[in-house]
Amino acid sequence: MLAACGVESLEDLFAHLPKEAQLGRPLNMAPGISEYEIIDFFKARSNDNATGYTSFLGAGVYQHYRPVLIDTIVSRGEFLTSYTPYQAEISQGTLTAIFEFQTMICQLTGMDVANASMYDGSTAVPEAAMMAVRITGKSKVLVSRVVHPEYREVLRTYAKHQGIPVEEFGYDAESGQLDLEDLERRLDGETAAVIVQSPNFFGIVENVKAAADLAHKRGALLIFVFTEAVSLGILEPPHEADIVAGELQSFAISPSYGGPYAGIIAAKEKYIRQLPGRLVGETLDARGNRAFCLTLSTREQHIRREKATSNICTNQALIALMATVFMTIYGKAGLRELAEQNLAKAHYLSSKIKPRFSGPFFNEFVAATNGSAPEPLNQKLLENKIIGGLPLRKFYPELGNAVLLCATEMTARAHMDTLAEAVSIQ
Amino acid sequence: MIRKVRQHISQNEALIFEESSPGKSGYQLPPLDVPAIDPAAALGKQNVRDEIEGFPEISEVETIRHFTRLSTWNYAIDLGLYPLGSCTMKYNPRVNEFVARLDGLAWAHPYQPESLSQGALQVISDLEAAMLEITGMDAVTLQPAAGAHGEFTGILLVRALLESRGNPRKRILVPDSAHGTNPATAAMAGYTVQNIKSNEQGLMDVEALARFVDEDVAALMVTNPNTLGVFEENIVQCAKILHDKGAMVYMDGANMNALVGLARPGDFGVDVMHINLHKTFSTPHGGGGPGGGPVAVKSWLEPFLPIPRLARKNDQWHLDYDRPQSIGRVRAFYGNFGVLVRALAYILAHGCDGLRNATLDALLNANYIRHKLAPYFDLPYTSPNMHEVVFSDERQAKRGVKTGDIAKRLIDYGFHPYTVSFPTIVHGALMIEPTETESLREIDLFIDSMISIAKEIETDPKMVLGAPYDTRTNKVDEVGAARRPVVRWKPERPASKAAD
Repeated sequence: MLAACGVESLEDLFAHLPKEAQLGRPLNMAPGISEYEIIDFFKARSNDNATGYTSFLGAGVYQHYRPVLIDTIVSRGEFLTSYTPYQAEISQGTLTAIFEFQTMICQLTGMDVANASMYDGSTAVPEAAMMAVRITGKSKVLVSRVVHPEYREVLRTYAKHQGIPVEEFGYDAESGQLDLEDLERRLDGETAAVIVQSPNFFGIVENVKAAADLAHKRGALLIFVFTEAVSLGILEPPHEADIVAGELQSFAISPSYGGPYAGIIAAKEKYIRQLPGRLVGETLDARGNRAFCLTLSTREQHIRREKATSNICTNQALIALMATVFMTIYGKAGLRELAEQNLAKAHYLSSKIKPRFSGPFFNEFVAATNGSAPEPLNQKLLENKIIGGLPLRKFYPELGNAVLLCATEMTARAHMDTLAEAVSIQ
Repeated sequence: MIRKVRQHISQNEALIFEESSPGKSGYQLPPLDVPAIDPAAALGKQNVRDEIEGFPEISEVETIRHFTRLSTWNYAIDLGLYPLGSCTMKYNPRVNEFVARLDGLAWAHPYQPESLSQGALQVISDLEAAMLEITGMDAVTLQPAAGAHGEFTGILLVRALLESRGNPRKRILVPDSAHGTNPATAAMAGYTVQNIKSNEQGLMDVEALARFVDEDVAALMVTNPNTLGVFEENIVQCAKILHDKGAMVYMDGANMNALVGLARPGDFGVDVMHINLHKTFSTPHGGGGPGGGPVAVKSWLEPFLPIPRLARKNDQWHLDYDRPQSIGRVRAFYGNFGVLVRALAYILAHGCDGLRNATLDALLNANYIRHKLAPYFDLPYTSPNMHEVVFSDERQAKRGVKTGDIAKRLIDYGFHPYTVSFPTIVHGALMIEPTETESLREIDLFIDSMISIAKEIETDPKMVLGAPYDTRTNKVDEVGAARRPVVRWKPERPASKAAD
């Protein structure tokens, strides 16, 4: 091969690089190791983490059972090792699965169109806000304080240099739901979007319709955010929303210390040309058979460059496939039953540990506290291999010692009893 | 009704919604160990939905058959060479998949106590160290979820630094050979984009650049090697021009597979760059993600990196949020951790020598293809190439066959096409990147196919224009799809032909 290239050594292939650019020494790293040693290495890292604990953590990342079939399917090399389906003729597998994904997201959210996925929920939110700004020609974004705190941080990072002022509105101290009066006060003619999450960060179901009515009255769009996708198995979808931005981690995507997950953006039909990211459409092949291809790509960066709706390129196709297989396996009846189990578990827990807020909740709630700091209790619970609730002080100083507790179908009654007992004797 | 096999081994397959029938299901849940709750009572009647109309109702075995059949309609690295230029479609080692699924890593909750996350934080720390050694930079964030997300992060860092010096400036310079994400990113970070023309060698023109750079320029976004696969040999001088005016050099690391172990951006004047873990570091592309887009910076940009930052305290890793100059978060939590695990596994497997050897093999494969195909395809830029080579369809276009047509014919030969019509500075580009993965046998098969197509174009161009012939789905009507977008299935639509 060297001879065919007209060179004598491999080094000749990069000899033309400027001398000052060449490394000229070996990388300062260990030599390569075998497969067996790699597994050993990561098993040790895995064991340094929590294993065998029962956890009451939710807050945007939920522990749900992952049917075995999920990994069986996403491990197929044809899905795992293929590229973005630009060449439709040899990518119909991925394209068809994405078309099914888009359809399921529409069915789930009550929207008309959905894209092929976003990085995650937190980045879907600013992309939805940017959409609303383009659609309305206005600039201000109002976001509820009970939208996931880290999502709001990401929103601020994105908005800062695009001339999009972000303003927060409060929640009702009694119900834990968004404060409609505060929202109404802050809405003005420059508001492009109102962003609400349901169930909100406190696990509480919001009055989306009331927020949407207020937003629409002032010519703003309503962006609906969800972090717990299983809730959509039982909760009324946000028909009144204009754009939906959410996170599918609950659909068979392992928590994996924060990612990779899959975000979604769905919207009303009339906003289809303002969607960011990839979109699969139905068409015909030359023989007249149904086929699928990427479509409306004139919105995207590789065509429009600086005028694109977003710079997003790679998204989360394989993770979206996990969610698609999950939605298929659970299906109509299963997702409902799964949601009902989550509801029942969290409400059993709330019969033992009193919720701080009065609003209706799905599978997590803020626990009232007796005034003592949660950290010592959580430390003590670790001895019983229990990871307690999330202390909220960091995100909501006004809530003092309150914690956010989550129960899913995987939370055993016995563990909830142990937690309740520990809380009561504190 | 009997459904016939068409041009493929698999049966025709309807959409999952068309295969559903009422009452079927594939799930199992254990019985509840707590009392059931009436949803209407707990949530309010108005908040409880009716059944999800059209949602799948299907058995487990039908589910696995459905998705397995779909999978057989895909091309994949596991099936053969995947020469997409700038995409670095290399083998995805399966041990990486195995270790990413170990319980303590896959089930780690991002909010679990730091004392119970030391393994995950160690993985982050080890990968950070490897990225720094490979790039020659001073600090790195692993938070960005993909390359374009990394670009956005990197340009925000530049902006934050310049703001701290009193003026964020106005323009970002982007060569005309750049990926489309570069200008899109600059716009999202609040900059105007100025495109600069490449010179006749396809390289950045030092004198032209000097004319463009003034006190309003925030940064140059450059891909190196560029999208022609050519190393920007004047990069050091170019960087000096930028630095002299107080501007930064951003490097798009999409083509880092050409440099690992040979040259480091931190040594040739780059201030900030991203790395595509799903390209250079073998994490699977998965049909379009997930990816990983770490951003590495020089020390002067370090104070602005996204929160949280990994820090060492009392012999333990912890996450530091006290970073007053940080640009904030670009993503919830700490990035695509599962992708980071896979990338680290790749780096551990290769080690210092293996990483360098992989680069050399990638260079050799690309140069071999260049020399073997040069007699048949026009090579518009003759500078020495690194890991990829770009031909043009100039000769074939004279017979009415363009790069897109050649790509479709290549499918009939059993290969995924190269990157078509990019970079745009080459008219009718064929952008070929074989990666180090491929054996001589596989590469020769590819070369023979390309030569055979070149000959077909001489003798029977019309035949080539009709390709592909041997796929289950042949040429799809993309124009029709865009004209009347149908982006979801609806139950009331008449059954289409494929579902018959």
